[in-house]
Amino acid sequence: MADNNPFPGENNTGHIWDDDLRELSNPPPRWWTILWWVSLAWCVVYGVLYPMIPFVTDSSKGILNWTQIGEYKEGLAEVEKIREKYESRISTMSAKEILADAELSNYISHGDGAGAGKVLFGDNCSACHGSAGQGMSNFPVLADDDWIWGGGVEKIVETITNGRGPKAVVPSPGMPAHGATLSTKEIGGLAKYVVGLSEGKDDPNGKKMFMEKGCVGCHGMDGKGMAVLGSVNLTDAIWRFDAADRLSSAAYTIQHGVNQMANPKSREAEMPTFGGRLSADEIKKLAVYVYKFGGGN
Amino acid sequence: MSSSKTTQQCAVVDELYAEAVHWDVNTGEETIHAKRISGVWRNVKWWSYIVWLPFFLGPYLRLGDRQAVLFDIPSRKFHIFNITVLPQDFWMLSLVLLFLAILLALVTATVGRVWCGYLCFQTIWTDIYTWIEEKLEGSPQKRRKLEQAPWGVGKIGIKVAKHFLWLLIAAITGISFVAWFVDAYELWGDIFTLQLSETAMITIALFVAGTYVLAGFLREQVCFWLCPYARIQGVMVDSSTIIPTYDFHRGEPRGRMKKGEAGGDRSLGDCVSCNQCIAVCPTGVDIREGQQEGCIMCALCIDACDAVMDKVKLPRGLIRYESLDELNGKQNPPVHRRPRVWVYSAIALAALSGIIFGLNSLDAVELKVLHSRQPLFVIKSDGSIRNRYTLKVLNKTTSDLKVKVTASGQDGLQLSGTQKQISAAAGSVSARTVFVSVPRQNLTGESGPILFHIEGTDGADIVYSYTRESVFIGPKR
Repeated sequence: MADNNPFPGENNTGHIWDDDLRELSNPPPRWWTILWWVSLAWCVVYGVLYPMIPFVTDSSKGILNWTQIGEYKEGLAEVEKIREKYESRISTMSAKEILADAELSNYISHGDGAGAGKVLFGDNCSACHGSAGQGMSNFPVLADDDWIWGGGVEKIVETITNGRGPKAVVPSPGMPAHGATLSTKEIGGLAKYVVGLSEGKDDPNGKKMFMEKGCVGCHGMDGKGMAVLGSVNLTDAIWRFDAADRLSSAAYTIQHGVNQMANPKSREAEMPTFGGRLSADEIKKLAVYVYKFGGGN
Repeated sequence: MSSSKTTQQCAVVDELYAEAVHWDVNTGEETIHAKRISGVWRNVKWWSYIVWLPFFLGPYLRLGDRQAVLFDIPSRKFHIFNITVLPQDFWMLSLVLLFLAILLALVTATVGRVWCGYLCFQTIWTDIYTWIEEKLEGSPQKRRKLEQAPWGVGKIGIKVAKHFLWLLIAAITGISFVAWFVDAYELWGDIFTLQLSETAMITIALFVAGTYVLAGFLREQVCFWLCPYARIQGVMVDSSTIIPTYDFHRGEPRGRMKKGEAGGDRSLGDCVSCNQCIAVCPTGVDIREGQQEGCIMCALCIDACDAVMDKVKLPRGLIRYESLDELNGKQNPPVHRRPRVWVYSAIALAALSGIIFGLNSLDAVELKVLHSRQPLFVIKSDGSIRNRYTLKVLNKTTSDLKVKVTASGQDGLQLSGTQKQISAAAGSVSARTVFVSVPRQNLTGESGPILFHIEGTDGADIVYSYTRESVFIGPKR
C-alpha cells in the first residue's frame, strides 16, 4: 500500500477510505511519553518495596515489610517513650504528691491521647458528671467547692476507687425516708427550714423541729453535714437534688429519702466502684484531673 | 452543483483556514530558539535582574550573633533585621500578600505585564539558561542544527557542559532559598560535610528539579499553561494600558522590501515582513497579531524592529510602548484620571498602612484570655459565682519575665490561681488557669465585662503591660 500512497510525505498510516479520508499517526508529545514510562517504572518500584498485589487471603508483602499497623505501632512506641518519664513517676507517687508536682499535674490536665486525664474522664465520668465536671440534673457538679464525701485529692481517690452508695465497697445507708414517721405538715416545715438555711435564715421553730426529728444526727447541729457519712451541707447554696421549686424538692427528699431500696420513689445517688475497672494510676490521674476543675479543697 | 456554488464554498473554506492560522496554539512541540539581540529594552532587562540579587546575597547578612533575615520555622520565629515576628502577628503577612497582589494589578493596569517581562523568575531564569545555551551552542540556527545532528563527541561535550551549568544554577537557587530558613553559613558547612538535614535536602532537590525543568525545558510553556498570573493579568490590561504594540496603521499592508527601494518611496506599509519580531520573541508569538495571552510584554520585539527600521531607513517605533486607544487616535486619559489606578492605589495604601501600623504596634507582651465554656459558671457553696479562665501570656522579648496578673471590672471580684507569678519564658506562650469569683448580688446581668491586666518584668526597670477584656458569665436572673 505504501507504494501507491496518494499522499506521499504525509504521516499517514496508509489506511485510506473514500479517496481522502485517512488515518494519521500523530504520536503524543515526548515529555508525555516519558512521564508515562516514569510512572510505570514507579509502579514497579513501589510494588517491589510495598504491599501491592492482593491474593485471595493475603497480599504481596514488599521487601520493606511495611504495614499500616506497623507504622501505627512505631508511632505509638514513640509517644509512649515520651510519656514514659511521666508515667513511671506517677506510679510511684501518691495523688497528693502528683498534684503538688507542677510538671506532672500539668501533664495530666493538659495532656492528650490515651491515658490523659481528659480522655479518662471522658470515657468514665462524663456520662454523669458532664464533659468538664459541670454535672447534670441529679448528678453532682465536680467543678464547685461543695463535696459530699470530701474534696481532698485523697478523698477523691477513695470515692472513685470504692464508689459511694449502697453498692459501694463500704456501703452507705443513704438518707432514710421520713414519709411514715412525719406528717405532711412537719415535712413541709422542715423543708422550709432547710431551704431557709441555705439562704442564710435560721428560723428558731424550724431549728427546734430539726433537732427533735433527728435530722441533727446526720446533718449536724449546724446543718453543715458530715463528709464521713456523706450527709450533705444544708447551709450552702448548692443543692444535691436541685429544682426550680426548692421547697417541694426538699420535702420530696425528706419524705422518700435517698437510696432507700424499700421505697421505689426514693432518690438515687450512687457513685459506681471504679477500683476494679481502672488501674491505680488511672484513678490517681482522674483524681488530680477532677481536683483541678477548681473545686478541690 | 453549480459552479458559482462551488466558488462560494471554496471562499468559505478559505476563510475558515485563514482564521485557523490565528488559532495555531503553541503546545511546545518545538523548542523556541529565540534570537538574542541588543537594544534599549534588552539593557533594561539586564538591569532589572538586580531585583533578584538580594535573594542570593540576603542570607549572608548578619545582625549580632544571628542571621539578619531568618525565617526560623522550627522555633516559629521570623527575624527581619531587628524585628522578630511571631506566628501571632501573622495577620500582617496577609496584608503583605494583599499589597503585592494589588501592586501587581496596579502596575499591570498602567504599563502591562512588567512583572512577566522583566522581573518574573520564570522569565529571568529562562533568559539566563538560554544565554548559556547561546554561549555554548551558538546562534538559533546553529542550535537547531545541533539538535538534528547525530550524537558525537562534540555534541555530547557541549550538552554535558550546558546541563552541568544549568544544574549548577539550579543548585545555587535551591540552596539560596533554603538559606533564608536556616543559618546560611551552617547550611554551606552542612553541604560540604554532607550532613544536610532531610528537609533541607528535599527542599533543595525540589528546587533543583523545578528550576532545571521549568527554565531548561518547559520555558514559555509555563507562561502559556501553568502560570495563573498570565491569565489573570490578561484581564487587568485594558485599551488605555501602555504595552508593546505593533502599529498596524503604519505597518499594514506588510510586504517584503524590493531591491533598490528606499525608505521613503515604499508603496506598502512600513512592515517589511522580516519576521525579526517573531525571531527574538522568547514565547514565539507574533506581536503583529495584536494583544495575546502568550505575550509576556518583555519588549524585545521593540528592540528587534527598531534595529531593522534603522537598517531600512524608516522611522523607529513601528512596534512601541503604546496603548490601543492612542494607536486608534484617541487621547489616553492621564494616569491620575483613571478609576482603576485610584482603586488599586487606595487598596495598596490601606494594606501598606496596616503593615506599618502592625509593625509599630508589636507589643512586647500579649495576653489572650480564654473563658471556659464548660461549664460557663459554677455556683460556689457561699452562693458566689465563679468563672474559669485560661490566660495565655505571650512573651515576645528576649528575656524571661515574671508576670503579675490582676483583674477588674466586677464589684467584689476575687481572683485566685495567681498567687504565684507566671514565669513567661522568652519568645513563647505560657498558660495559667485562673478562677474569678463574684458575689451573686453584685452581678448586674447574665454577663458582664472583666478586664485582665498583666505586668511583666525581667527584674530591670522596664515593665511590660497588656490589658485584655473578657466576659464574666452568671446564671439567668
